[in-house]
This record gives sequence, structure tokens and C-alpha cells, in this order.
Amino acid sequence: MELNELTLKQQLDGLKDSSFSSTELTQDYLKRIKSKDPSINSYITVTEELALKQAKESDDRYDKGKALALDGIPIAHKDIFCTEDVLTTCGSKMLSNFKAPYSSTVVSKLFDEGVVMLGKTNMDEFAMGSSNETSYFGEVKNPWNLDYVPGGSSGGSAACVAARLASAATATDTGGSIRQPAALCGLTGIKPTYGRVSRYGMIAFASSLDQGGVLARTVEDAAILLTSMSGHDPKDSTSLNIDVPNYTEEIDNNIAGLKIGLPKEFFEQEIPDHVRKSTEEAIEVYKDLGAEIEEISFPNIDLSLPVYYVLAPAECSANLSRYDGVRYGFRCADPKNLEDLYMRTRDEGFGSEVKRRILIGTYALSAGYYDAYYLKAQKCRRLIANDFTEAFKSVDVILSPTTPGTAFKTGEKTNDPIDMYLQDIFTIPANLAGLPGISIPCGSHNGLPLGLQLVGNSLEEGKLLSAAHHFQKVTNWHRELPEL
Amino acid sequence: MSNKNQWEAVIGLEIHVQLSTNSKLFSGASTNFGAPPNTQACNVDLAMPGVLPVLNEEVLKMAVKLGIALNANINSPTSFARKNYFYPDSPKGYQISQMDNPIVEGGFLDIELEDGSVKRIGITRAHLEEDAGKSLHEDFEGQSGIDLNRAGTPLIEIVSEPEISSPEEAVAYLKSIHSIIRYLDISDGNMAEGSMRCDANVSVRKIGTAELGTRTETKNVNSFRFVEKAIHYEINRQINEIESGNRIIQETRLYDSQKNTTRPMRSKEFANDYRYFPEPDLLPVVLEDEFISSIKESMPELPNEKKIRFTEFYKLSEYDSSLLAADKDLADFFEEVVEESESPKLSANWIMGEFLAELNKEHLDISKSKVTSKQLGVLISRIEDSTISGKIAKEVFEKMWDSSKDADDIIRDQGLEQVTDLSEIEAMVEKVISENQDQLEKYLSGKDRLFGFFVGQVMKESQGKANPGQVNQILKQKLKK
Repeated sequence: MELNELTLKQQLDGLKDSSFSSTELTQDYLKRIKSKDPSINSYITVTEELALKQAKESDDRYDKGKALALDGIPIAHKDIFCTEDVLTTCGSKMLSNFKAPYSSTVVSKLFDEGVVMLGKTNMDEFAMGSSNETSYFGEVKNPWNLDYVPGGSSGGSAACVAARLASAATATDTGGSIRQPAALCGLTGIKPTYGRVSRYGMIAFASSLDQGGVLARTVEDAAILLTSMSGHDPKDSTSLNIDVPNYTEEIDNNIAGLKIGLPKEFFEQEIPDHVRKSTEEAIEVYKDLGAEIEEISFPNIDLSLPVYYVLAPAECSANLSRYDGVRYGFRCADPKNLEDLYMRTRDEGFGSEVKRRILIGTYALSAGYYDAYYLKAQKCRRLIANDFTEAFKSVDVILSPTTPGTAFKTGEKTNDPIDMYLQDIFTIPANLAGLPGISIPCGSHNGLPLGLQLVGNSLEEGKLLSAAHHFQKVTNWHRELPEL
Repeated sequence: MSNKNQWEAVIGLEIHVQLSTNSKLFSGASTNFGAPPNTQACNVDLAMPGVLPVLNEEVLKMAVKLGIALNANINSPTSFARKNYFYPDSPKGYQISQMDNPIVEGGFLDIELEDGSVKRIGITRAHLEEDAGKSLHEDFEGQSGIDLNRAGTPLIEIVSEPEISSPEEAVAYLKSIHSIIRYLDISDGNMAEGSMRCDANVSVRKIGTAELGTRTETKNVNSFRFVEKAIHYEINRQINEIESGNRIIQETRLYDSQKNTTRPMRSKEFANDYRYFPEPDLLPVVLEDEFISSIKESMPELPNEKKIRFTEFYKLSEYDSSLLAADKDLADFFEEVVEESESPKLSANWIMGEFLAELNKEHLDISKSKVTSKQLGVLISRIEDSTISGKIAKEVFEKMWDSSKDADDIIRDQGLEQVTDLSEIEAMVEKVISENQDQLEKYLSGKDRLFGFFVGQVMKESQGKANPGQVNQILKQKLKK
């Protein structure tokens, strides 16, 4: 078995018992990136030198018996996380020359645990997209079939882990950007509770919805990384000052008697048969595991998409104002005056999806429209959150498909933004309510993976992870690897 | 023909006060004034991608103090909002400010007018926000420089109700706010350095009209005098416009202190729609009752309270009390002088007379005074105990100012003690009378005014050292004979 076929947990065990070194493991990935990534395009930057240096330091620590929790594990970071002195582009021409002057909290925490950074992964521009086709650095291909998209916005992170070009990867999720690509690439992806993982140094798209998380091969791997990434950060005022449990211990918690809710409105959607079938099979698995299934109702769920597409653009319209060509990043050539500098820098520096959302958001916040759009959306957001509060009075987790279908072909939806936005119909509600959600592989159709989503109550990542882990103990979907 | 008396002005002030914290409102960078450009701007101030604001809790204390001093409500929770506009000195492209639930809301301030009457001005609100950086246009050929040292410095914007009726009232209100922030020690209030800035909303209407006229907002007024002049100009301009048949346009205007005019800002210099929305990076701040009451308990004496105390305890006139109490440092100095001199009235006169004159002459802050409060107190007590006369004291004071020596040393070294020996004065009086027989005759024949001549001659004879009271007394006796 090749080293890159091992899960993160197996690699950690191998490093601990000196079956191989971090340098060997890192070199294995670097070699594979060189040969495989040109056809996938999952990395924007490969930090080979840094990775080998970190691997060496890691090996030294193992030699001295002073290994850290994640010592020597080669991972990739979504290019939305600032990494000191390393290019941090957010998938945009606007930041195509930007070397961050500091590291994000997530990156620092993982460095402190000894991880090796292989590089920065491709993504939809400023995390806006569901197919990784809006990146300035080119489309990312789905390792399961290179004609298909990997999902987005964390498409690079998903594709690189699925193609075994990294042991795992960090990612972010504003409306489904971890869970949807996890589903489309056959991975485990978790978006924790809003505030669980620090947003400091994570380039903002929609501040009240953005949340960092993990894309990994297994629930166990995700739990290991999430334990290290989570926790209070005084630099992020929205981060929760609540102790983080050791998720690797929580995953084994018994799930007999777990109450699983099936939102009837989700299943009333137009879902292809293969999606319905794989979800129903997953429900049967849970029944066998001793879970109780209950139908629940989300009366306001149809508001999710419109609410999201008012609030996220509104916040992004302000968050992206700082990209003005004045202090860093792209600046248009020969600006004639200040207005010209602003107009052309932003016109040339942003792609069309980003511009579309800035326009929508600016409109929604404008005098005369604020009440009808932004304020109304905030009120509806509360209704949706209330639906969850009601649901969690009777169930432990909420189950649904992650996406309305398998991966689609590159270019298939680029001319139909609404159809593209529908990709996130099942994932967006959890972001609006700030709740943790996980996607795990639960089936396959025409050689493309399908995902199952579980959403938990606030701060109940442990419960989600154990439910997902028990599923993986009795299924093999997560063990399937794409041929490359 | 224009008749200015038919018009009245309606004025509201927006005062921006820089809070004197060590670090910025949402970052740890220093707020010191005058550092080389961009040396006090950290990643947060530079709006680097991914950075987040963290509230400096020190400002909450300062804002609550101000709210209490302005007799206002403290909102809890208080929340922040984004105010969106593009300008190079606004690095995020939005300013973090407050819209709904400002920390301070609904208060008032009593101001004293020149005729001694008191007027109550309503305070609409006071909210926290971050300052912008500075654009530097002079040093760069065809370009502008941006200095972000000031970006993120905490400001509190105090918004008055439109209840001010004249430029003079506006200045009285502004001075009163200035005095309060200095008392609370929340800002140095230095208008020249921009720690306190004022925008004036001005409109005019015919006396007796209920509805308000269209207002203009005049920005960039950075001294008490300019506030008065700018509002004056704007009132007259508006009256002239209306009387010439023109309409007032609601607009933002800039005050030009050199030409003493206001001119409209180009429309690009300000945005019309700031698209405020709640700042998602900051949670609403809950101010616990305990926090607020602990600040209430530790409030310093405020200018109005001090003024009343000065009038009642030191028996000073209303005028003296309010002048001294307006400036905390001056009031403190006064009380230190009195502690030494034990003569409040004379101390007040000296401070507001010779002492302030010297300070003003040399443009010195009271903390840089060349004569200490203790030294001045000793000097005044030498007048009280008749060691020297008031006239000699002025001489001594000038010498103290120039040399920093104590009064007693100067009096001793230069032999300036007052002559209080009655026989010595009597001898001098007799000498003067005998040398001025003509004047004596005229005086005795009814020219009473010549009494002053004799006093002057005796004082001259004594080189100013004779006790004037004794001279008067003896002269009166001798001239009756």
C-alpha cells in the first residue's frame, strides 16, 4: 500500500511507530502532486521547500521523543487562510500577488501541532461558487471523473484529498462549501458550530455565516484535525469561549437510541431517484445501528435560499470593499485618478460571480431597499433558526442528502446562476442557524459519489461525529478511492 | 431690503472627540500623535485580508462616563454597525460605527450664556466609531500619500438636538463639552491636533415659523473661534440666498478658515448612501448594571458642580467661579493657590489677572507655568500679611516668572518689604506736604482731587514700599489741620 493511501490516523500511527518518516510521507505527496495535479489543478501554490523543512523538524521531534499531536502529517490549506510570507490568493486575481503578512489562527494552531503544509488549495473566487469554476487560477477537476466539477467553494481542498495529494485539508463553509464538495468528491467534511473555529486570518466572504472546518478521508481523520483547529480565539470576537472536547474520543460514543429527524420538506424537493435511494439506504443503516427515525417539519425551509442570497451578498459587499488597489493586491495599470483607480482595479481584479454578489448585496443594503431585503432576510433567518430549535426538542440530529445530485459536468451550470445556487439548498439552513453539519459518503451513481448530511444542535459536533463514525464502521463508501 | 432680525438660526452640532486610550478602538496599535506615517498601523488598521476587530474595552468606560455627565441613558446592549464608503484613508471601505443602540442616548447639557442665563441643550446621542487615516496631498507629485496612523483611533461622536440658536450659543455648548471631556479625562480635547472636531448643522427660518428650513452641514471647523465664524457666515449666506429668491440646497460644506467662507464639498467627497448594517464581526455589547454603577460612583466633580462649590465655599462671584471651573487644570491650580494663600478672592483675581496674562503671552499650558501654585500662594499671602503692597507684588511676580525664584527671596534680596512703621510714614508725609505748599493751599481751598497727588508723592518718596492704607490714613489726618 502506498503511503498516500493511508488515512491520516494510520499515517499518524505509522509516524509514531517509525514505520516511515514525515520526510518520506511528505516526499510521497510532493511527488504525487507533481505527477497528478496538473490534470486536477487542486493546488494554487505548492510549498515544497517549507513542507520538507517542516517534515525534517517533525522527524527530529519524533527522534527526540517530543512529537506533537499531529506531528509530521502533510495537509493542505484552502487558499482563504492567510499564511505568513506565502501567497494567499483567495482564488482571485485581486490577491494573485498577495503574500500574507501573518498567519491565520487555524494555520498557526495546526503548525503548533506539528502539521506539514504542502500548499494552498484552489477555490472559487472569494469562496463564491459551488463548482470551483470561478477561480482566477482555473477550474478544478473532480478526481472521480475529470470532466466533472469537484464542487465548491472548497473544491481544491476536496479534490486534493480525494486524489490523495494531501492527507487532509482545511476548508471553509458559508453555505455548503465544505459539505457539498465533500459529497461530490466522496469525502468526509465537517462544518462546526459558528464560532467554534476562529475566523481570524480566514478571508471573509460573509462574516456571520463563514466557518472553518475540515475535509478528510474519514470521520476519524476529521475528528483529529477538528480537535486541533477549534477553540476560543481572543482575536475573533465571535469565537465561542467554551472548552473543546477531544472529538477523537467522542466518536466512539454509543449511538443506540439516537433520534434522527427527517425533514419532510427536504424530501418533498425534486430529488433524483438515485439520491433518494442512497439516502433511504443510509436511513436503513441507521435503523440497524439502533437509531430511531422521526419525521420532522421545517415550515420555513423554503426561505433559506432567498435569505442566504440576500445576507451573504450584503455582508460580502462590505467585506470586499477593502480590495481597492490602495494598499496591497492587484492595482490597475496607470490609474488616471482615484475614481479610475477604484473602478478599474475592482473591474479588472474581480471575476463576474464576485461582482454579481457585490451588486446584489449593495442593492439589498441601499436606502429604500434595506428594510425590504436585508432586514426582512434577518427576520426570516430567525424563523429558520427557530425551526431548528423546535426540531432539536425532539431529535438529536437531522438527516438529509447533502446535495440534490452527484457532481455535474464542468461548464454545465455556469450560465445559470440560480441552478448553481440550488446546489446548496440542503446545506444553507445550517449556516443560517450557525449549526454544525457533516457530510459523509453514502453512495455512488455513474461512478460519482453521493453524500449524506447530518446536522446537529449547537456545539454537538461530538454527537454528529459519532453518528457519522458509526455509519463508516458498517459501510465502505468512504474507503473507495478514485483511480487516477 | 434684508432685515436680519426677521430670521432665526437653528443649529445642531456633531462633535467628534478622540478618546485618549493607549491603543486603538479595535486593534492593539498605539494611538500616539505625531509618529512617522504608517508606523502605528497594524494589520487590523491596514485592513489586511482576514483580520477582525476586537473592541478595546477601555472605551466603554469612557463612553459611559460621558453618558453620565451628559445626563443620558446608557444603552445595553449597545451594538456596532458598518458605514460603507470608499476613500483611501478608510482602509476597510467601511467605518465601524454605531447606528441602532448607540452607547449613549437622550441626554442634555446646561450651558451658561453671556448674559448669565442658563440654556438646556438636548443631546440626541453619542456613539463610538473609529477615526479615518489621513490623506497627504502636498508631498507627492501627482499622487496622494496615505497615513493610516490615525485609522482606528477611537472617537465618540456627540450629536446635539437642533436647539442652539446662535453662533455664540454654539461656542458656549462646544466649550462646555470640551470642559466636560477634560474633566472626565477621556480626551485631551486638543482642537488644533484634531482630538476634538466639530461639524455644524445650520438652517434658518423666519421667526415664528414652526417648520425647519433646509440645513447644511459645515465640516472641518477646528477651533472655537472658527466654529463661531463659520456658523455666522453660514447663517448670513443662507439668509442672503433665500432673500435673493434662491433655495438652500441640503449639502455638506467645508469651512475655509483663511477666506472665512464655506463652500460646498464636491459631490465625490462624500457618499449619499452609507448602507449601514449591523457589524457581523462584533457581538452586541452588554453593559452590566454593576459596571455602570461602579463608574457612577467614581465620577469626578463636573464643571457645573465645581462652579457651585466655588461660589458657595469660596464666596467667589458667579463669573469668577464659572471661569475658573471651566478648565479643570485651572480650577485645580486655583485650589492649590488658596490652600497656601488662604485668600480665595485675591487668589482668583491674581490667577485670572497676572497669572493668565503671563501664560497667554507665552502661549503656555498651565502645566508648563513658570510659577507654581505654591509659589503664587505664598506671594498672595505676602500681600495679605502686608509684607508687600499689591503693586510691589506685581513686580515680584514678574521677577518670579523670569527667575523661578520664590517670592520671599526676591522680597528680601531686593528690600521690597512694605514700610509699615507709622513714624517713618509720618515723616515722609510731612516732607511731601512741606515741599508742596502750593498744592496744599489749593487742596485746602477745595480741590479734593489733589488728595491723590499727595498719595502718589508719598508712595514715590517711599519707592512704592509704603503701605498705601497707612499713607491714606495719615494724609487724611495731616491735611485736615
